[in-house]
Amino acid sequence: MKVLFAAIGNVVKGDAKYYAWLAFLSALVVAGLGAYLQQLDKGLITTAMRDQVSWGFYIANFTFLVGVAAAAVLLVIPAYLYNFKPIKEIVLFGEMLAITAVTMCILFIMVDLGQPLMVWHLLPVIGKMNFPASILAWDVIVLNGYLAINALLVIYALYRLSMGKEYKLALVFPLILLSIPWAISIHTVTAFLYNGLSSRPFWNASILAPRFLASAFCSGPALMLIILQLIRRFSKIEIDQKAISKIAELVAYTIGINLFLLGAEVFKEFYSGSIHKAPLEYLYFGLHGNSRLVPWTWMALLFNLTAFVIFLIPKTRENTLTLNIGALLIIVGVYIEKGMGLVVPGFIPDTLGEIYEYWPTMQEVIITVGIWAFGALFYTLMVRFALPIYTGGLIGAGKQRS
Amino acid sequence: MSKKIRNNPLGISMDRRMFLKSAAAGIAAASALPVSAADAFDINAFLQKHFREMTEDEIKKVIGRLEKEASLEWKKDVRISAAKATPGVKFGYGLDLSRCIGCRKCVYACVSENNQSRNPQVHWISVLKFKKGEKWIDLENSEKYYNPKEVPEKDSFYMPVQCQQCEDSPCVKACPTQATWKEPDGIVVIDYNWCIGCRYCMAACPYGARRFNWSKPNVPANELNTETHYLGNRPRYKGVVEKCTFCIQRTRAGKYPACVEVCPVGARKFGNLLDPKSEIRYLIENKRVFRLKEDLNTNPKFYYFFAT
Repeated sequence: MKVLFAAIGNVVKGDAKYYAWLAFLSALVVAGLGAYLQQLDKGLITTAMRDQVSWGFYIANFTFLVGVAAAAVLLVIPAYLYNFKPIKEIVLFGEMLAITAVTMCILFIMVDLGQPLMVWHLLPVIGKMNFPASILAWDVIVLNGYLAINALLVIYALYRLSMGKEYKLALVFPLILLSIPWAISIHTVTAFLYNGLSSRPFWNASILAPRFLASAFCSGPALMLIILQLIRRFSKIEIDQKAISKIAELVAYTIGINLFLLGAEVFKEFYSGSIHKAPLEYLYFGLHGNSRLVPWTWMALLFNLTAFVIFLIPKTRENTLTLNIGALLIIVGVYIEKGMGLVVPGFIPDTLGEIYEYWPTMQEVIITVGIWAFGALFYTLMVRFALPIYTGGLIGAGKQRS
Repeated sequence: MSKKIRNNPLGISMDRRMFLKSAAAGIAAASALPVSAADAFDINAFLQKHFREMTEDEIKKVIGRLEKEASLEWKKDVRISAAKATPGVKFGYGLDLSRCIGCRKCVYACVSENNQSRNPQVHWISVLKFKKGEKWIDLENSEKYYNPKEVPEKDSFYMPVQCQQCEDSPCVKACPTQATWKEPDGIVVIDYNWCIGCRYCMAACPYGARRFNWSKPNVPANELNTETHYLGNRPRYKGVVEKCTFCIQRTRAGKYPACVEVCPVGARKFGNLLDPKSEIRYLIENKRVFRLKEDLNTNPKFYYFFAT
């Protein structure tokens, strides 16, 4: 108990920089909340979404973040299955990132709903969940399940650590094993959410789910790379350079696969040249003079290619500066590609051939920034809570007192 | 063509300055929330059961509450029916492309019959204009916002599209809450009190038939059609999806849909697919019929045909 209180104390206490960071994030969260209350009042007309493009920036961010939640599993596999020590020590931070990402996913869905209060309708038993027909129902199950699994793993690990003990692997091992296919499943189901719609040729391509996984396994670990370095800088935790290199190596493979799959998609659409190439044409060249996403798409491609080169060459992969540049590039690249670049072209042209160019309103941007700030705040507080337990700093103190 | 609909009819926009304003509003609204929420929040509406899970008595009670609410809002008596499907009836629709002149009378008859929002405008029927002599049903080159002095225009033909009432409806499959389903008479309906507004059905619909209430639907009291059906044209809410129901309030009472009745050239046909002597069966069996996007296996009950 003492450890718990001490850990909570650590969340509240900090230097001026820490408070400034919290205040900055809180301000953004409040701004987002304000914009959301206006949206609640006036309706989703405050967004740029319309009947033609009925999903936009919120769902784009949701899709990207489902991918980020992958980071945990990529760390879990070598940590537990191969007992790769350097990564095992940091797996906790990956799991916490997964918790944060899934929480943000749920928030992005909530702000996208026209009737958020009625969300209980999609729960099983008390609501009327359309299971197994609706893939959205599947997504609700797998995302919440993933959240629960990671929360359990983190809580258990922290509990054992706070007692000053290694965690009993036998107890959590089945859960850890389960978390691996489960992480794959959240990506697959989210891909199937789009993939299953015969009305939207851009999504209705078998390559969608593999590409989802490939790109998720680029951006998630890349984000993890940056977070780990930040933790290393701002805390006493020693994160083995070997762990960083291992993750960077994994990213090199996944970017390669992702680019290959993109190439396969581009070839199929443009070579066969059926009318179903229209969305891809919209993305890369513009359609009937509408080209809002074109610069972004090319930027994403350029970023992904550059990151691939950086991660592929051992020298640039091991250099901290170039590694971080590469990580940032791939995060931004995948954010564009798997966010707006995936959601919007599904609706362009719409099912009756109309082109409505979507671009988020300031209202949507503020709400989105608010949710991102909430995620950063949530993660900061979680790490702040876990750090002293993790480093064992509190255990010594607790023992001295008793 | 796409510019027109991009205009925000209510003029709601947010620029950079709004950022600070919204931050301030956030604090203000958050503190005022319990009060204002209590005004708008109705526990009975919140806990209302799914339409198909309610008993007759519960339906009556709910309809009583909804009628009262609507009558208060529009200051006139609004009647909401819950008439059931007639056994042995499955509705089907026929549209004669050789007759349609693109006048959009059906579009506006539908709006006033079914209480669609006037501002922003919600239309359940889209009429597409095609150039004669070019690729047949090249949707991408069709025009939805044509606005000539006179129709039909030379060199053009028209194709109205509305909900195709698919037998194997992608929207029903997609809905995560079973808020939309196919009735025994084949009409795909929505329980507006059960829809959570996730719009997955809109992504799933291959015919662009579903409409979302992006803002509170606006229907002037003197134009409100007070003869309504729970699953059809009763007043809707902000944040829910709606669509053509073959005028369920009329067709279950033995009348034609409004669009069929108003069509000045008789291009629209309607009837019971299960009745071998019906007009719809006659035209399916004797005319050159096709259904839209047949390759998707949605099995529509909406038949396009050429009478001449």
